Amino acid sequence: MKKALLIATALAVTSSALATGKLEIFSWWSGDEGPALEALVKLYKEKYPSVAVDNATVSGGAGTNAKAVLKTRMLGGTPPDSFQAHAGQELIGTWVVANRMEDLSPLFKSEGWSKVFPKDLVRLISSKGKIWSVPVNVHRSNVMWYNPAKLKQWGVTVPKTWPEFISTCATLKAKGVAAPLVVGENWTQQHLWESVMIGTLGAQGWEDLFSGKLKFTDPRVVGAFTTYGKVMDCANKDASGLSWQQASDRIIDGTSAFNIMGDWAAGYFTTTKKLAPGTGFGWAASPGTTKTFVMLADSFGLPKGAKNRTETMNWLKVLGSKEGQDAFNPLKGSIAARTDSDLSKYSTYSKSAATDWKNSKIVGSLVHGAVAPESFMSAFGAVIDQFVASKNSAGAAAAAQQLAIRSGFSK
Amino acid sequence: MKGLSKDRLWSIAVLTPSIILIAVFVYGFIARSVYVSMTDWGNDPAQALAENPVIRWVGLANYSELFSGFLQGRFRQELVSTIFFTVFFILGCLGLGLGLALILDRNPRGEGLWRTIFLFPMSLSFIVTGTIWRWMLQPQGGVNQAPTLLGAPPSTFGWLSSQDAVLKFDWNLLPLITASVVGIVLIVLAVQALRAGDRRRTLVAGLCAALLLVWAVFIGPNVKMLPAPELHGFNLALIGIIIAAVWQMSGYTMALYLAGLRGIPEELREAAKVDGASDAGMYRFVVFPLLAPITLSAMIILGHISLKIFDLVYAMAGPDNLSTSVPALNMYLTSFRQNQFSLGAAIGTVLLILVAFIIVPYLVSQFRQQEGHA
Repeated sequence: MKKALLIATALAVTSSALATGKLEIFSWWSGDEGPALEALVKLYKEKYPSVAVDNATVSGGAGTNAKAVLKTRMLGGTPPDSFQAHAGQELIGTWVVANRMEDLSPLFKSEGWSKVFPKDLVRLISSKGKIWSVPVNVHRSNVMWYNPAKLKQWGVTVPKTWPEFISTCATLKAKGVAAPLVVGENWTQQHLWESVMIGTLGAQGWEDLFSGKLKFTDPRVVGAFTTYGKVMDCANKDASGLSWQQASDRIIDGTSAFNIMGDWAAGYFTTTKKLAPGTGFGWAASPGTTKTFVMLADSFGLPKGAKNRTETMNWLKVLGSKEGQDAFNPLKGSIAARTDSDLSKYSTYSKSAATDWKNSKIVGSLVHGAVAPESFMSAFGAVIDQFVASKNSAGAAAAAQQLAIRSGFSK
Repeated sequence: MKGLSKDRLWSIAVLTPSIILIAVFVYGFIARSVYVSMTDWGNDPAQALAENPVIRWVGLANYSELFSGFLQGRFRQELVSTIFFTVFFILGCLGLGLGLALILDRNPRGEGLWRTIFLFPMSLSFIVTGTIWRWMLQPQGGVNQAPTLLGAPPSTFGWLSSQDAVLKFDWNLLPLITASVVGIVLIVLAVQALRAGDRRRTLVAGLCAALLLVWAVFIGPNVKMLPAPELHGFNLALIGIIIAAVWQMSGYTMALYLAGLRGIPEELREAAKVDGASDAGMYRFVVFPLLAPITLSAMIILGHISLKIFDLVYAMAGPDNLSTSVPALNMYLTSFRQNQFSLGAAIGTVLLILVAFIIVPYLVSQFRQQEGHA
């Protein structure tokens, strides 16, 4: 009897010791994206009620501030338990090459994720045969947005290739549309560049470019730069003063005909602008990329030396689970990375994107961190800016090639 | 033991902590940054953030990369932009500040109120100023809408987004331009020395000038720092930022000048009037010369603010706008986004040297003056 009591007390002590578990989640999701993260945390707490979750959010779009804070913490030896990073090379080229992350392939195996995540995606988040992060959502970058009523009024159709786009642009200019295409600040121009490149080189060419098989100085790539220059000739001249939302506004008010932007624009059109999908705004894959899904994803990894390893593994399991992804994504305005998600929970646009996600060739986005490390991406902004000012294709291609060599993915 | 009186001991005890702190956190860190700038830390992404990175000594390679490397055109444009920015910013602040001070010096009604209004922008941070002015200088709003009040069509000037540049020159010509300018200055010095009858100075200055000019004529044109011509100039998008900066800091120069004007004894002005000086003459020959030291102080303070400027540009034009970028912004992006710590440290060191060019001669002259008074 006494013994049993002792065991019971011991058990109580151990379980209460387990109950004091802690988990620190480091992300840049605040403001509009906060509720989506909260939904995930809520789900986690339902499963592991005893764990105290510390939501260490550092606000600032695309993680501009959070990434700097993260660097100080990692270099200072106090990594957060799990931190947000764009899936792919942004994590691999920065932290994995520095040997600071733990291999997550055992987790993928035990949870059976290799079957539910598309192969192309798993390849993007792997290097050296190991998988490094758990993607929680997927956005599409190669979407062209337009105003259906306006296009009808101008009597043009949605162009299917970039050369067709350029001739449509000439038609529109003749009808008095000063800027048929609207672009915004620097990163949205890189975003456009990426669509032009993939639309011109094809998905395979794009992958070769970032695996070093195709050089930036290759005549095909230089030619694509020239196409990009012609596309930019269709664009507004006050680009660098516009945020992506302000650029999207010009589609709605009919100042411009087309805009290439990621599918967070759908959320902006429906939620903020109260427009009906299909009539208030229309969308198509950007020219030349119909069967290609250029993706970017937020993901979480496990840094070496995380204090609460078990809780973090549980957190990652929640992130990758079907209910986790379906709790998070409808609120975030993205789609689930898993192919088996419950589509009834998603908006009209997201349903169409989820179908494409299953049926298309998946490649990674440059500007959103999937295919190249930060060291390349950040410096590449200056190359694009110089190119837009000078329109020197060969020069820009040569500069990009040097950057690629410096970043270590090309020779 | 007169040297170690109680007072002395006290002063040593009180000063020691700050001396140690400054030695570590200012000079120690400067030395560390200069050291890092001469290594290759971060040039290899795999080593940048590793636990025990392999760091190699590379001497001045990062500096030569900055000034003549193919990829660093952005940095060179920023250096040129900074120089233009500094010149226009200082001229704007001094001109506007002096103008306001002269008006206020005439004791208008409600002078205290005006003084507060003009000085107020200085109490805002550059981030706040930048955000306000970004709204005002938007392509379709604010200032560009002003002409519509008079029924005219709205202006379309891209205050922060223009990609045009004026006063362009080829970076390859920089050594040539520098040599010519220094040579001409030396000739002027030599002529002055000749007039003053100082033969040695005439000879030294004249010889140096001749050497420089010979170099500029025969060797300079063939020096190529870059494989291809690279044009840099004054980007028109900087005008928006200069306006905001002048708005922020001209109140400060006004306050300085006003103090200076008030410090001029009334007797001096009266004496000038008795001697028959006109209003303009009085300012020209009595007031402005007395304001010269104030102008110098203002230039020093504005100069180092403008060389180090970061937050205003970040708030107004964002970090990725090449036509408005400045070296401090580039240093931040290079170090903390691209993880190229050594290159970032090199940019920081270049900035430090630029600021030192302004501050050190000023400190030396101040120090001499104090010695003279003591």
